[in-house]
Amino acid sequence: MREIIITELTQAFQDLARGFAHYLPRLIVMLIIAFIGWVIAYLLKLLARSILRLTKFSKLSENAGATQLLNQAALPSSTELLSRFVFWVAWVGFILLGVSVLGIVALQEYIAQFFLFLPRLFVAMVILFFGLLAATFFSRAALLAAVNMNFRSSRLLSISIRIIISIFALSMVFEVLGVAKETMLIAFGAVFGAVMLSLAIAFGIGGKDVAREFLERRLVTGRKEDKEDELSPL
Amino acid sequence: MAEETLLTDDFLRQLIHVGEVDILVGLRTHNNAKTIEPVIRAIQAGILKCFPRERSVIVNADGGSLDRTQELIVGASIDDVWSVSKVYALRTLHSISTRYAGSPEPGTALRTILAAADLLRAKACVVISPDSTTIEPDWLQRLIRPVYHDNFDLVCPIYSRQKFEGVLMQNLLYPMTRAIYGHRVREPYASEFAISGRLATDFLTRETWNDERTRIGAEICLTIAAITGNYRVCQSFLGPKAQPDRSASDLVAVMRRTVGALFTSLDSNFPLWSTIAGSQPVPTLGSQSEVMLEPVRVNRKRIREMFAIGVAELEPVLRSILSASTLSELQRIATLEVSEFNYPPDLWGKTVFEFAASYHKSVISRDHIVQALVPLYRGRTLTLLLENRDGSGEEIERKLESLCGDFERLKPYLLEVWADRK
Repeated sequence: MREIIITELTQAFQDLARGFAHYLPRLIVMLIIAFIGWVIAYLLKLLARSILRLTKFSKLSENAGATQLLNQAALPSSTELLSRFVFWVAWVGFILLGVSVLGIVALQEYIAQFFLFLPRLFVAMVILFFGLLAATFFSRAALLAAVNMNFRSSRLLSISIRIIISIFALSMVFEVLGVAKETMLIAFGAVFGAVMLSLAIAFGIGGKDVAREFLERRLVTGRKEDKEDELSPL
Repeated sequence: MAEETLLTDDFLRQLIHVGEVDILVGLRTHNNAKTIEPVIRAIQAGILKCFPRERSVIVNADGGSLDRTQELIVGASIDDVWSVSKVYALRTLHSISTRYAGSPEPGTALRTILAAADLLRAKACVVISPDSTTIEPDWLQRLIRPVYHDNFDLVCPIYSRQKFEGVLMQNLLYPMTRAIYGHRVREPYASEFAISGRLATDFLTRETWNDERTRIGAEICLTIAAITGNYRVCQSFLGPKAQPDRSASDLVAVMRRTVGALFTSLDSNFPLWSTIAGSQPVPTLGSQSEVMLEPVRVNRKRIREMFAIGVAELEPVLRSILSASTLSELQRIATLEVSEFNYPPDLWGKTVFEFAASYHKSVISRDHIVQALVPLYRGRTLTLLLENRDGSGEEIERKLESLCGDFERLKPYLLEVWADRK
């Protein structure tokens, strides 16, 4: 009995030692990969920061209205945020690469999914950035055109355009990420439809006289009056 | 050469048929049938009367008129002019016309005319506006003679104007061009002008044509090119300027063509203009500008409202363009009633220079910067209307001179904000 116990214990210790001996080099390789990954990620961060500064990305971000949003959320500048993003994506990528060396079967699938998700995350970020840029540009263009045409509710028009383009960009982002795809699609459709329907009801039924008067003033007399108030500039 | 691709085969054939000329008269048209006939008659009479021995051609660059403008120009017979003036030309006066490619654009039309002048080796090229219903045959002599006989390279016009016409010219284009480039050219964006063959050839090779912002305002770029290229520039008094159709003017488009082009020119010419201080007069032939005191009907209350709404609604846009002090001063002015409204000249100068610096730095889209200036310009227009309601010609001229002085004094401020926006 005693001998059996000793044999089993020895066997267990030997298995453990074998297992440890089997995993230790892999663990060391993983740590080395993680360390090298940290160095590379840090270098990528510096490179990204330099490129973004050289290309005056902060100005682009300011134009897009992203800087304002980040300030309100007490986040670092867009250049800093994007270079940090590069660092973390690169480092997490290396860590996961290291983890895959350990050969843990259960983790392999998640790691593969993460690497497949990265391009989509990048595309989503690009869409979000250009969506914000387009929303700011077109809302400002609408504001300027409306003010110069002496349109009464220019700010409202501008804000509406910004919101519509932002919602559109966000729905595209969620679609690319595959997060709550159908919910977002339905929500977008519902919000957009509701806005259009309420506008149609407000102008078509509720305020048809006001709408007629408004349109007549804007399209007929208003234009004429505006032009007459313009002295010849040249 | 650029003209090889710019000019159509048919137009080239017409030019070859004409051969070398001494004087080329350019007409840029687009649906101008209503006004073109008296202009053509005056041009023909002017050539017959003042330059009967010179080889001359009328070149029309048309933007695709649908109202027979081109036919009217090419078909205008010189017989009627002969019978009236009793003077006969010793040379054939050709009239040719071409439809340039692309959408109607004065800049492309001008380029076509200059390319024709270059090909025909014209000694003088004069451009006349098809809307100039007040044109007299003598205008040609006044514009062409300084180039043809006195070796000037650019002759800009001076007109007698209604006191409230040409507001942008008098409140921004003239004072700013004068302060920046140091030459007192009253009409830097001219609808009628004459240039020498060598300036035309040189100007054709400039970068102006490659950038849409400068191409649409080629007239002001031509004046700036002549000044910065040390060409000989003078002014010639023509007479009353035709009253433009107020309902046809699009202020935003005008601002793009003029102010946009002027602001753009500052980028490439910085080494030149940054060293210029003060200004010098340019030789002027004939009378200085004259002001006609006919009353004008404008709704002042409405202009004030457009200014106030503009300042309020565009606050986030103006905040990225103007300094905090200028913006708060504008916001204060926007609260004033018409009776006490005053947008002072020094603040207007500061505003314009801050816009120019922001345009240089592209703090937002450059086109948006130009558009944001429109409501502020309206505010300045209102001040002008109120200040000069009962003013005589001399008083108006004195105030204009004072405004120009303010722009010149503020030039160091422009250099400061140019280097580092406040």
